[in-house]
Amino acid sequence: MEDSTSPKQEKENQEELGEARRSWEGKTAASPQYSEPESSEPLEAKQGPETGRQSRSSRPWSPQSRARTPLGGPAGPETSSPAPLSPREPSSTPSPPAPARQDLAAPPQSHRTTSVIPEAGTPHPDPLEQSSDKRESIPLHTSQSERNTFQQSQQSKPHLCGPRDVSYNNAKQKELRFDVFQEADSNSDCDLQLPAPGGSEGAPSMLETTIQNAKAYLLKTSSKSGFNLYDHLSNMLTKILNERPENAVDIFENISQDVKMAHFSKKFDALHNENEMLPTYEIAEKQKALFLQGHLEGVDQELEDEIAENALPNVMESAFYFEQAGVGLGTDETYRIFLALKQLTDTHPIQRCRFWGKILGLEMNYIVAEVEFREGEDEEEVEEEDVAEERDNGESEADEDEEDELPKSFYKAPQAIPKEESGTGANKYVYFVCNEPGRPWVKLPPVIPAQIVIARKIKKFFTGRLDAPIISYPPFPGNESNYLRAQIARISAGTHVSPLGFYQFGEEEGEEEEEVEGGQNSFEENPDFEGIQVIDLVESLSNWVHHVQHILSQVGALQFSIYQGRCNWFNSTQKNEEEEEEGEEEDEEKEEPDYIEQEVGPPLLTPISEDLEIQNIPPWTTRLSSNLIPQYAIAVLQSNLWPGAYAFSNGKKFENFYIGWGHKYSPDNYTPPVPPPVYQEYPSGPEITEMDDPSVEEEQAFRAAQEAVLLAAENEESEEDEDEEDDYD
Amino acid sequence: MDADSLLLSLELASGSGQGLSPDRRASLLTSLMLVKRDYRYDRVLFWGRILGLVADYYIAQGLSEDQLAPRKTLYSLNCTEWSLLPPATEEMVAQSSVVKGRFMGDPSYEYEHTELQKVNEGEKVFEEEIVVSEEESRRRLFHKISMKSFCSGLPYIEIVTKFHLCKNGRKGAGGFWANHPFPACHLFLGLSLSEAKKLSSYFHFREPVELKNKTLLEKADLDPSLDFMDSLEHDIPKGSWSIQMERGNALVVLRSLLWPGLTFYHAPRTKHYGYIYVGTGEKNMDLPFML
Repeated sequence: MEDSTSPKQEKENQEELGEARRSWEGKTAASPQYSEPESSEPLEAKQGPETGRQSRSSRPWSPQSRARTPLGGPAGPETSSPAPLSPREPSSTPSPPAPARQDLAAPPQSHRTTSVIPEAGTPHPDPLEQSSDKRESIPLHTSQSERNTFQQSQQSKPHLCGPRDVSYNNAKQKELRFDVFQEADSNSDCDLQLPAPGGSEGAPSMLETTIQNAKAYLLKTSSKSGFNLYDHLSNMLTKILNERPENAVDIFENISQDVKMAHFSKKFDALHNENEMLPTYEIAEKQKALFLQGHLEGVDQELEDEIAENALPNVMESAFYFEQAGVGLGTDETYRIFLALKQLTDTHPIQRCRFWGKILGLEMNYIVAEVEFREGEDEEEVEEEDVAEERDNGESEADEDEEDELPKSFYKAPQAIPKEESGTGANKYVYFVCNEPGRPWVKLPPVIPAQIVIARKIKKFFTGRLDAPIISYPPFPGNESNYLRAQIARISAGTHVSPLGFYQFGEEEGEEEEEVEGGQNSFEENPDFEGIQVIDLVESLSNWVHHVQHILSQVGALQFSIYQGRCNWFNSTQKNEEEEEEGEEEDEEKEEPDYIEQEVGPPLLTPISEDLEIQNIPPWTTRLSSNLIPQYAIAVLQSNLWPGAYAFSNGKKFENFYIGWGHKYSPDNYTPPVPPPVYQEYPSGPEITEMDDPSVEEEQAFRAAQEAVLLAAENEESEEDEDEEDDYD
Repeated sequence: MDADSLLLSLELASGSGQGLSPDRRASLLTSLMLVKRDYRYDRVLFWGRILGLVADYYIAQGLSEDQLAPRKTLYSLNCTEWSLLPPATEEMVAQSSVVKGRFMGDPSYEYEHTELQKVNEGEKVFEEEIVVSEEESRRRLFHKISMKSFCSGLPYIEIVTKFHLCKNGRKGAGGFWANHPFPACHLFLGLSLSEAKKLSSYFHFREPVELKNKTLLEKADLDPSLDFMDSLEHDIPKGSWSIQMERGNALVVLRSLLWPGLTFYHAPRTKHYGYIYVGTGEKNMDLPFML
């Protein structure tokens, strides 16, 4: 396309210029050296068949207007005072075009080559033409200096006449343009080629510099497209003048677009790739794997999976309901999470899976999945457990390796309360997190009670890196993954609720059998659940029950640091485990001075109407998702204790969801825990205090007494000796 | 977020989890249009939602020509009927600062706050009861958030660097910008990716406060046509913003940690940016402990 148009353009340009030249000649007929009749004839002949409809009609004005300026500008003086120029070098009159042309053509060309596209098809007249167009807009303040420059160039570069062998026509054109362009030439372009003469001879005015700056700016090549505005404008004007559209100003934008489109530019080959957007591609690549997943599996396998297990939750359905409630992630993100959960269930032996929620972090967020393994849980856990125990043992042993004589430290570290078995209590579920759907899932370690206890005392933002250390005042035993796990356990225990009757206790372990050793507080779905009216769910909080065990707070408060942090009671004083039926509620601290008594929280499946208030603030808020269409609305439950925890129920179905920073709400500000009490020193008693030194009198009295005793003893001894002798004899 | 492009904005800001239910969205789209007509605002912004205990407040703002001028604020409980909030006075600010806790969701609810006022009248101590009504305190709170933590994603910077308006702007840096409503907002083409990751590319949308307190040395590097607002990076304490790239790098999300719930989003290289507040309306005073 470029090839087909450009010659034509060139031709037309030539025509116009020829025309311009002729009209100009007509006006400046006084100067004989410019009149070359034979040159116009081929132009005329060419013009005949080609001059199109548009150019014919509107031609007259443009060449004239173009020609007029040369007359007013530098041409004027030339015609009026041709004496110095024309007679001196009559033979050189055709020659100036060549240097001028080179001067003109060279800078744009060098621009092209340096910038991006050395386009062979770019019509040469372009720079010329554009400068002529530009010239019209440039005020002619500097004509004097221009003329100087012109003469200078003319005189200094006669040897450059050689290259003008292109064609006679071209030479003619340039001869014409020579005058037209010299001004623009000396304005800006020439300063690349003729710096010294132009600059020294005519003192550059402020305006000139401004114009140069402006032109330099226009010539700046865009790093994106490889164009510069200067070329673009000239191309556009060429196009407009060639095509002569009806209302050029109205379709100016389109013309601009067309010109840009016509410039088919190859992408510039660089040695290094642009890598700015690389992370975008990276995550897209990872997420593509999520979408491809389905195709990789065989059809049979899918069917099998569907029949065998129903591990995958219907995320989209609950997301729809949560959207009615005004919470939840965007649709596409939810779907990606859905796919990520599918990936999780495909790669792990998972019996049940649930989208727990999203915890926001400073650098990255956590997407949390709650899963239950089928039968064989991971072996990693056992190892971890051993390691933890070993570490504890090591610590205690280290204490014992001390010298015998000196008293050992009586202080024993508060008894570490063992964590609950996986599958029970707070470790009932296993949690997987990932930063973004598509990134690998990371399994969180099981929570140990100490972590929960400390986590209650601190309030930290999550960073988004699981291995980030938690720096807090009560030293947190673990890194961010443990803290995250502890917060998940706390949030789950506080905010996972279900409509009354949805779950019932398992038959093998009744709700009242508290003494069963290792008995799970298990529950199962009620097959006879008939659903609850949505309006009832909204109006009464007692229709919602907790189905996650309450995490006990601090018990055995006799000593400062005995803590519980479990769901099931661990009797730390008697060193044997005793399971206790616990319920759940928000974990308000209940300090019970009587450490022998077990702390009993509310039992499982307790209505949330019995939850404790937070300083006159109700712990839950219920509402109907839509007041406009109440018959199809759902009940939305919102926790005020854990902002971001929501639950919905449409009567039959329910779901819990958490999104937020993972912090508990308190109307008061966070207060760092008080420092532990200072241990009292040993009371000053008889074993601490000492007697005064014995005085002389005492010693003398003592000696006297001793001597008396000795005497008596000797006597006795002699008697005894005698006795003994008697005995031994 | 602009009421005109509410749906797209909600989609972009959805990463924080707090959105609008479909019926709220629909009614907002309808009613904000009417608000714009009735109050003759230039633009109407959907500011956000304050979670109350009983009901939520939906807050919208009306903008006039001068964008830095105090904005008119409206609230609604049902997203359909909007009421104008009176502007907050300094006195109300002081009063509401003693009210803690959540909003009720009932505009006529009155907080009671007892305060001991020592009046030296014959060595007696009078106990004076001050009643602060919720409406006032809410208004105030809103005002505080808006002044404190609104960031607007620098159409300015971009305009100035890309379109060389700085030459015009420099002549009357203060006046030029202050009197001009988003001088060339339509020319804002978005931040480049590297810029979008930096906190210094975002500004508080308010008259500068900290800028005036800077030393001369710091001011030396400032470009008056660009740096006429407080940058987020100078917020105290440091790290009161979390900046994240989401969806690959297609979306940058700023979350205020001082006012949890305020989410600012910007899709780099597009002109989509905005913010929404969904939260309890309480300031996170525990921030230094949490970082």
